[in-house]
Amino acid sequence: MKAVFIIAAIVLLVFLSQLTLSAEWTGADEQAELAISDINPHYEPWFSPIWEPPSGEIETFLFSLQAAIGALLIGYFLGYYRGIRHARNA
Amino acid sequence: MHIAEGFLPPGWAAFWYAFSLPVVAYGAYKAKKRIDEDPKSKSLLAVAGAFIFVLSALKIPSVITGSCSHPTGTGIAVVLFGPVITAFLSILALLYQALLLAHGGITTLGANTASMGIVGPFVGWLAYSAVRNRIDVKIATFVAAAIADWVTYVVTSFQLALAFPSGVGLAGVMASATKFMAIFAVTQVPLAVIEGVVAALLIGYLIQVREDVVAGVTA
Repeated sequence: MKAVFIIAAIVLLVFLSQLTLSAEWTGADEQAELAISDINPHYEPWFSPIWEPPSGEIETFLFSLQAAIGALLIGYFLGYYRGIRHARNA
Repeated sequence: MHIAEGFLPPGWAAFWYAFSLPVVAYGAYKAKKRIDEDPKSKSLLAVAGAFIFVLSALKIPSVITGSCSHPTGTGIAVVLFGPVITAFLSILALLYQALLLAHGGITTLGANTASMGIVGPFVGWLAYSAVRNRIDVKIATFVAAAIADWVTYVVTSFQLALAFPSGVGLAGVMASATKFMAIFAVTQVPLAVIEGVVAALLIGYLIQVREDVVAGVTA
């Protein structure tokens, strides 16, 4: 239960920060790329990704999939450990 | 946020590969050995790797800079298995993102593994080792995870500064490092705190449901 409250507090903080701050919320990696061209205007990336998600939607899908795979594994094993413990104590 | 594809000159890309690959290979060997010796650690290894997967998929807005970055999730792995195995687990998530998301990259995989999988977790693990006998394991995990996360982005800043110095010599590197730190390290502070809290919660729960984790955590 405590965990739920803490996570809810984090989510709330994120939302509050959105309301109170007007910012671009761009990725830090994008800003770093800008900084690089600022330092060395002649630098050209010498390699581009072999495959890129065709659209932002698909990128979001693949990011969600990554999180889902991780969450699934964590949830499965936490439940499994809990079940084993319960069975042993019963 | 990892260094994007092609954004490190070939020499530096090769250097960081040479730095990272031996550690990753040793980590894979150690992970296999650990599973052979103690089959019950297999599922914990999966949980530790899965935690990296979840956290590094979440791009979170950072209140301080008004930009977004993501945590690393290496805290659980480093607390349970140490920095070498963490390097092996990290490269899996980095490969997923480099191949499927065009986030990070194949040429920068060595550098990104060095920051997120090796140096960051190693410093987190040092901090953890220093405090674990003195404070509650959850707080020690918070320290390990937050430091591993934050140091990752300090390393990223220096990797970029070494490749793109603003002038000659050390002064040029430091000037660039300051610039990249302002982007990465500052953004990362609130995210590192969030990561520390979530990692501490997970360790707390793991200890509750698996008695042997306590032994693993202090091993």
